[in-house]
Amino acid sequence: MKLERFYGILIPILSIILGMVVGAIVMLAGGYNPIDGFDQLFYGIFGEPYSIGETLRAAAPLIFAGLAVAFAFRTGLFNIGVEGQVLVGWMVAVWIGIEFDLPTAIHLPLALIGAGLAGALWASIPGILKARFHVHEVITSIMMNYIALYVTNDILRHVIGIENERTESVKETASLASPFLQELTDFSRLHNGIFIAVLAALVFWFILWKTTLGYELRAVGFNKSAAEYAGMGVNKNIVLSFVISGVFAGLAGAMEGLGTFQNMTLNASFTGVGFDGIAVALLGANNPIGVVLAALLFAGLNIGGLSMQQIGIPPELIKIIIAFIIIFVASGYAIRLLIEKFTVKKTEDKKVKGADK
Amino acid sequence: MEYVIEMLNIRKEFGTFVANDNITLQLRKGEIHALLGENGAGKSTLMNVLFGLYQPEAGEIRVRGEKVNITSPNVANDLGIGMVHQHFMLVQNFTVTENIILGAEPKVGIKIDRAKAREKVRQISEQYGLAVDPDAKIEDISVGMQQRVEILKTLYRGADILIFDEPSAVLTPQEIKELIQIMNRLIAEGKSIILITHKLKEIMEVADRCTTIRRGKYIGTVDIDETMTQSRLAEMMVGREVNFNAEYSKANPQELVLDIKNLVVKDSRGIKSVDGLNLDIRAGEIVGIAGIDGNGQTELIEAITGLRKADSGEIFLNNKSIKNLKPRKVTESGVGHIPQDRHKHGLVLDYSIGHNMVLQTYYKQPYSKAGIMNYGQVMEKAKTLIEKFDVRTPSPETFARALSGGNQQKAIIAREVDRSPDLLIAAQPTRGLDVGAIEFIHEQLVLEREKGRAVLLISFELEEILQVSDRIAVLYEGRTVAFLDPKETNEIELGFLMAGGKKEEVGRS
Repeated sequence: MKLERFYGILIPILSIILGMVVGAIVMLAGGYNPIDGFDQLFYGIFGEPYSIGETLRAAAPLIFAGLAVAFAFRTGLFNIGVEGQVLVGWMVAVWIGIEFDLPTAIHLPLALIGAGLAGALWASIPGILKARFHVHEVITSIMMNYIALYVTNDILRHVIGIENERTESVKETASLASPFLQELTDFSRLHNGIFIAVLAALVFWFILWKTTLGYELRAVGFNKSAAEYAGMGVNKNIVLSFVISGVFAGLAGAMEGLGTFQNMTLNASFTGVGFDGIAVALLGANNPIGVVLAALLFAGLNIGGLSMQQIGIPPELIKIIIAFIIIFVASGYAIRLLIEKFTVKKTEDKKVKGADK
Repeated sequence: MEYVIEMLNIRKEFGTFVANDNITLQLRKGEIHALLGENGAGKSTLMNVLFGLYQPEAGEIRVRGEKVNITSPNVANDLGIGMVHQHFMLVQNFTVTENIILGAEPKVGIKIDRAKAREKVRQISEQYGLAVDPDAKIEDISVGMQQRVEILKTLYRGADILIFDEPSAVLTPQEIKELIQIMNRLIAEGKSIILITHKLKEIMEVADRCTTIRRGKYIGTVDIDETMTQSRLAEMMVGREVNFNAEYSKANPQELVLDIKNLVVKDSRGIKSVDGLNLDIRAGEIVGIAGIDGNGQTELIEAITGLRKADSGEIFLNNKSIKNLKPRKVTESGVGHIPQDRHKHGLVLDYSIGHNMVLQTYYKQPYSKAGIMNYGQVMEKAKTLIEKFDVRTPSPETFARALSGGNQQKAIIAREVDRSPDLLIAAQPTRGLDVGAIEFIHEQLVLEREKGRAVLLISFELEEILQVSDRIAVLYEGRTVAFLDPKETNEIELGFLMAGGKKEEVGRS
């Protein structure tokens, strides 16, 4: 038990370090000085209030997307459709933000709820297909991404209306923007969404570990047969898990629509938020605190990477580092073997393992 | 005397837990040496040490007189030690030959020499009388055959010392007989065998000597000869006298609890597995179902418990129809179920024992209120049940996965019995358990009967059926073909009826 926990934390940390090491090697190979590179990267994350603000701003949608993937995963499902759910959530948030005239106390919550419901509805389709017809959710949720991409574009063009490839801005009463936070961070785009994201991580934890629903969902995730035997509605739980996952995903879209951009742009391709969510969930070990930390790291690397350009290092390098971190986390088993190899002599007699079966 | 394997004063610790404490096992050439112990006594640990999976903290291992250091299963293989695992390690959609050569493929250039492999498999199979078809796919052959493939795998790799890990746990009585013949044949061909088991009958039948360990400690090694008895072995294993043929008190059947009429249930392929079945159980009696596996037992239980739809017929519980109710409704109307496959249905292995104790009741008070779990109450309940049913677990927080089979089963029984169901269904409740645990579980079933509950016992062990039941229903091709009094029948008659033999039609008693 304790050992598992130890590895659960050690593997992501080691993966991050190894990813950085690979990044340094790539920088060397490209003729850049890695020390300068990382110096610039960290300055780009922590150096100024503005960059800290931008990092937090970029983390909010990633936290939601990561929670969406992690929630489904905790119940034994792969929601690869977060990207599509982000798009529909984003669109509905912006639409409500533009279309209604209401006081903030109603307008903002309404726009958020709309985004969550839109994501939920979109996610429920793969859920229902899985529950009723045993269609694999990975395939359907991926396909739903494409449908979402083109459907939202079409609705933006023909229903909501666009000018210069984008919608008008949401009304102030639906905006997450916070002049206070902006001023605090040297006018970054940081908005109130980060608080909602952290709250969502709490809700995630509460649902799974404190409610009867969470007890059921996790049981279904671990062992469907036993859950069925115990009288839990397995199919109902599959749909419900997708729906809740979709709420998180839809809210990730609201972060962009009501926070960062205040509008929605026609998308030629995916935003990537949903796919990054898979990486965030993986690095965060599907744990709410882990997801928040992983989202902060990814956001930091992305924002900090931008400033590496100033000394001529292409920001794509950050993508390579992120990719390697993911590869190392995914090969956690191999890393584990490495750790064991190095520590086996010292700790063998201390190791606590299951007894004879 | 020549020893092929000597494990001398082996000690293996896991943290503060001593799994093997100064254990010695000496295997003579050409003998079948039984390794006996309760679930969790340290048998598998000892064998894993021999097979190179664990390194011992103290002691030495000698193979054919030479001191060796077995650091990995590869080293064990090279020393001619082969393990026939309890849980088969086979690729389901590969053929027998492909499975056997996997990892040791004979090659021509870069291609696998299939003809040569096939021929070698056929030849070994013939030499040891295994009668395995080299071209059959694993998924198409019986469990018994799959086990022979595992045996072939070790022989193909040149093993002459074979470790059998609880080989009969998954076999039917007929397959067990055949396995015993195979083991004798292996010995005749010059192999030596270590047989890990807790089945005393098999040891008496096949073993030459027996080493017993109890709670990680070496108890002794004895010859299995005419003077040895099952009770002496049992006593060595559990450390106290075990009552084998416990005579349980007489049943006192009361009102009708379960009444099944003309039940028809189709299996997943659409074939009628239960085909016009009639069965009744009264409060205060245990009805045992005797039948060969695959005669509708699984489908019958699933239909009663709501896991499978019944096509026609009636199922009444206390005069109310429970046919095709959802599993939760069936549970709530008073049915407890100890499932056949405790890992698949009985437990969520990645949940703690505490969590598992409320698998059907978590949504009720006091375990939850308005959708919010009260894990404090759950753990309190778990503690009570763990104590009452002597479930050996470090704590209620321990994962179910970490418990031994016997303790997992005790946990399930605790949970099911504690709900005080009017009908308790026990499907193969003692499969894979040692005598101590079996005795405990039988006592629990009888206790339930004495509390006035109806108990339905399904087992493939005729001894168990004969010993515990108050009435026996023989199941053949989805129908109850006879109802018998266990005092007036025996294994031979039961076996005959189970195979479709006709006595005079015995009606519903």
